[in-house]
Amino acid sequence: MTGQTNKTDGEAAPEYDYGLFSFASKAEVFEKAKEYWNPGKTQFWIDSGIPLVIDRREEYFIYDMSGKRLIDLHLNGGTYNLGHRNPEVVQAVTIAMQHFDIGNHHFPALARTALAEALISSAPPGLTKVIYGSGGGEAIDIAIKTARHATQKRKILSIIKAYHGHTGLAVGTGDDRFSKLFLSDQPEDFPHVPFNDLNAMEAALKGRDIAAVIMETIPATYGFPLPEPGYLRAVKALCEKYDALYIADEVQTGLMRTGELWGITKDGISPDIMVTGKGISGGIYPIACVLVSERCAGWLTEDGFGHISTFGGAELGCIAALKVLEITCRPETRSMVHYIADFIGRGLREIQATYPDWFIGIRQNGVIFGLEFNDPQGAKYVMRRLYENGVWAIFSTLDPRVLQYKAGILLKPELAEELLDRTQVAIGQAYDDVRGGKGGRR
Amino acid sequence: MSSVTMSEIPLEPAGVPRGRAMVERAEWAARAFARYDIESVRRIAKAAAEAGAAHAKRFGDDAVAETGFGVAEHKYLKNISCSTGIWEMYKGHDYVSPRVLEQQKIVEIPRPAGVVLALTPSTNPVATAYFKVLSALLTRNSIIVSPHPYAKKVSAEAVRVMSEAAVAAGAPDGCIQVVEEPSIPLITALMTDDRVAVVVATGGTAMVRAAYRSGNPALGVGPGNVPVLVDASADVTMAARRIVASKSFDNSILCTNESVLIVEDAVADKLVQALRREGAYIASAEEAESIRAVIFDGENFRTSWVGRDATAIAKAAGIRVPAATKILIAPIDLVVPEEMLAHEKLCPVLGMVRVPTAGRGIDAARAVLRITGAGHSAAIHSQDARTIMDFSAAVRVLRVSVNVGNSLGGAGIETNLAPTMTIGTGFFGRSSLGENLEPKHLVNITRIAYNADAAVTMPSFAGIDPWSAPTGPVPVYPLPSNAHESGVAPVERRDQADDGELREEIRRLVIEELRQIIKG
Repeated sequence: MTGQTNKTDGEAAPEYDYGLFSFASKAEVFEKAKEYWNPGKTQFWIDSGIPLVIDRREEYFIYDMSGKRLIDLHLNGGTYNLGHRNPEVVQAVTIAMQHFDIGNHHFPALARTALAEALISSAPPGLTKVIYGSGGGEAIDIAIKTARHATQKRKILSIIKAYHGHTGLAVGTGDDRFSKLFLSDQPEDFPHVPFNDLNAMEAALKGRDIAAVIMETIPATYGFPLPEPGYLRAVKALCEKYDALYIADEVQTGLMRTGELWGITKDGISPDIMVTGKGISGGIYPIACVLVSERCAGWLTEDGFGHISTFGGAELGCIAALKVLEITCRPETRSMVHYIADFIGRGLREIQATYPDWFIGIRQNGVIFGLEFNDPQGAKYVMRRLYENGVWAIFSTLDPRVLQYKAGILLKPELAEELLDRTQVAIGQAYDDVRGGKGGRR
Repeated sequence: MSSVTMSEIPLEPAGVPRGRAMVERAEWAARAFARYDIESVRRIAKAAAEAGAAHAKRFGDDAVAETGFGVAEHKYLKNISCSTGIWEMYKGHDYVSPRVLEQQKIVEIPRPAGVVLALTPSTNPVATAYFKVLSALLTRNSIIVSPHPYAKKVSAEAVRVMSEAAVAAGAPDGCIQVVEEPSIPLITALMTDDRVAVVVATGGTAMVRAAYRSGNPALGVGPGNVPVLVDASADVTMAARRIVASKSFDNSILCTNESVLIVEDAVADKLVQALRREGAYIASAEEAESIRAVIFDGENFRTSWVGRDATAIAKAAGIRVPAATKILIAPIDLVVPEEMLAHEKLCPVLGMVRVPTAGRGIDAARAVLRITGAGHSAAIHSQDARTIMDFSAAVRVLRVSVNVGNSLGGAGIETNLAPTMTIGTGFFGRSSLGENLEPKHLVNITRIAYNADAAVTMPSFAGIDPWSAPTGPVPVYPLPSNAHESGVAPVERRDQADDGELREEIRRLVIEELRQIIKG
């Protein structure tokens, strides 16, 4: 599908013709998006200086309707880990569409079984079965339900400013901004404790009434604050001590983003339940997966119809996921992630040395970066300047000082260099913005 | 079934995307490697060479077992020559540090090619892979070795051995890789990949031409077909000894092996007697006919006879020969294209033609090279400088070995040519490379050039080195940033110097074996 087409003389042919639909202008898209879709979100981005309507997309590039090219460092939280429309994933799904559709969720199925086997063989030890959802939120709900069934306890302990999705149970584990709005906060069943605070964690677990602790391996929406060395392992030990399960939310830290397939293995932890989503879809067909230990898998025997999901584990999604897993597990990919992490880490530290009072912190694990700026809304300034300079990276919703800077795992060296050039300039410009344009850049 | 089955839909062969990933990884490695200093490069190349030598014997055996070609013992010698031998040869060379030319007011900075794609043959699989890997390491290039499918297993193991040793000595991860499952689509994809800086092709003509067509810079080599002239002034006894030793070396698997012996009538009978004493069997006209029918199918050399023993060929031809026979000599009347025995023969069969004068011998040598092998090698056994000069100025080759076996002479092992497994055939042979391939061909030079006017002076560049040693493993393992705030872990180097005994043993072997070859 092509974007812009030329107007024929004198006729009001649509400027942007996509076959099934067309728009005369970007303004029309905004107007209709507000009218029919989501006025709040639409207006937010216009006000933020990010008037983006994504048109064409390929590799790590997204193109605005205007034709402006952006390097994507948002990646929808790792969904585009392998780039937009990765040709290998597209090819695998295209071929599969000659034979498969989403399948029938009640029956044992070809692609679903094959993916389950591949996931289990890639997973930390102790995980033995796979349950599918259609997205990360549903997968978290499945994980919570599974933990409740296995322990026969209700309470799920999570971190303040955690983010695990917006579905019925998942939303309870997160920030109350997203639950209170819908009168869905459930403080009784979903206690929260501060991150990196083992005393608080132990205090909450002591009553032995917690079914599971759910942890993002690095809290993404909170700006990737890093767990202190040994923290996660200590949490896992406390879980064992007080008979709670450990649910690893690997949605943003899995799939090689930390330089290992599953980030949690870098901490030497074998979780009881592990959730993957986003990137496992290749950005092509939605799918999310919950990997569970034998202890947790009981309900799958007791009542295999206990959780039903028409689109969960859709076979086309399974095909996409199998290909994603194969690409991600190549030794070449792991090696490249280490190079990318090393190169971008060094480059950012050099930039930081130029603006030590402004660019005050780099949180890094593999190609996951949180960049801290010395202003309560600092990341929003940087985001806007990056956008102007051709890079799309998003601020952290729950800590707008921190910019999420998520490099793709197949980033090429020349693009990595270009990215750092653009970043250097944007960070300098944002510094000027914050200081009211005075003083000039250093 | 109404729908198409998935297997009917054309799919890119599985290895191709993986191959592209290898190139990408190699590119990252090359960028890091290009900034290494000379000391690090020497440590890495030495470690790889010693690891290669330590497995030379096993890989010699394995190569013969996998391909059915050649003589294990001789492969062992080549593997030693192309590992520690190459290291000894080039350890004093520096393809890394800047060089200041005060007089010219020029400073030269070596710049590696980047990603080298090396195509290696089935005939000399391990030696060629070793040679190319070490050439890449000495020049700070990444290399992807794509072996001939007949020798893929032993080649992959050999490359892995060097790769592991190099990385343990501090080389960037992924700077040496090998294609485990070579296929035509994969090799085509690699050769045409924009990220490949240079294709170094050793193999058959079709493959070499494909490398040149790829659109990427290529250093290709052509086939050989070596004429060897013995003139009336030659030391006939020594000539016979050297020719038989060379022709039987690894059963003629090196492309530098003698193909057609041209002898001046005056010494022909004497030479034939001397050849017999050295283990040659001189076939009759009828026997030559049988040999021709065995090893050629009428148009082409039958590859099933590559590197096979002389006795096996004789047996197939129905000729009874002494068990100790090392080579078969088939007399021919005239060197012309339809005489198959005047074509390249990668087996211990040597054509022989008598000529009335040295001048006619030169004509015959030119005729051999008209058939195939232009730009490659020729040899002459003579005491007469004039004849040697006339011969060398007339035959269309770029190296002429004198009074030495050509297998190891042309390859630079028994001469002072650059030792190589890759012979450049130059413009005569439609190649961009006219010399024996050596490490220097894998680097370019950036030249800092000052104003030639004496009024503009050049400051001293002494001691200014843009390169440095890596400060740890490359790349650094991605620990979380709050786990290594105290700094990067020190390099883990497995110091090979502790293993003095092994090193001494290898050195002793190299020297002894090289001496044996030279004596041979």
